[in-house]
Amino acid sequence: MKQMILLAALATGDPQAGEAVYSRCLACHSLEMHRTGPKHCGLFGRKAGSSPGYAYSPAMKRSKIVWDEKTLDRFLADPLKTIPGTTMTYAGVPEARERADLVAYLRKAGAGCG
Amino acid sequence: MSFLSRRHFLLSGTAVALLAGTEALAQKTGAARPSDITILNTALAAELEAVAAYQVGAESGLLQRPVLELAVQFQGHHKEHADVLAKTIAKLGGKAAEPKAKYQFPVEGLKNQADVLRFAAALEKGAVSAYLGAVPLFRNRDLSKAAASILGDEAMHWAVLRQALGENPVPVAFVS
Repeated sequence: MKQMILLAALATGDPQAGEAVYSRCLACHSLEMHRTGPKHCGLFGRKAGSSPGYAYSPAMKRSKIVWDEKTLDRFLADPLKTIPGTTMTYAGVPEARERADLVAYLRKAGAGCG
Repeated sequence: MSFLSRRHFLLSGTAVALLAGTEALAQKTGAARPSDITILNTALAAELEAVAAYQVGAESGLLQRPVLELAVQFQGHHKEHADVLAKTIAKLGGKAAEPKAKYQFPVEGLKNQADVLRFAAALEKGAVSAYLGAVPLFRNRDLSKAAASILGDEAMHWAVLRQALGENPVPVAFVS
């Protein structure tokens, strides 16, 4: 039962806590603008490597991933293992709680911007 | 020869040959781990963007002395990081990322000095995290050491910017 409650909590995530985790991404990413990495507005439901105006790696473009809770969780846990060849050369976010919060933030904030 | 000799981490001829061999092997084996050149190039792209961001801040007319001097000094550090990253990539046989023709920043949200400082602090904090996430990825430990050296500089920038904002300059014992 305890495990189910924990899993449910991880599935939802806290967007407010996720905003703090997102601060780690700000050297390369923003919600509204392509930077060293692509923007995150409209991320959910988007095919990986498809946001217009950003020069994605070939690996990202051919990944056939569509971003949702599950795919983002897997990617953020270990970007380079999930998509070998990605230029997001970052070790990842190992803590499941932090990933859930970050994904919740990306879902909320990414839906409310252009 | 020390890899991190003086301010720069330019490589000796022997080290370059060894690293180039590692790069070639990595590409040959098709390992899932990124090549060191790819990691360095991602870092270089972010450094070039930081240089551009500080330029926007310096030209905004919103920064007063001595904060303006501070911003220009930090921009100079990012230029130095970019310079050595580009040279190292070239020495390893890679093609260094070029500055973009145009960068996008949320300039409409920058109304005063504090806004510029907060924007810069967010970039520097992100840079600390980015290098922290890159340090364990390098095949060559000397490059990890060099990236950690840059990380330390970014962390100092972040702390000083927070201090300038009147915030606790070192709010945590560990960065993430």
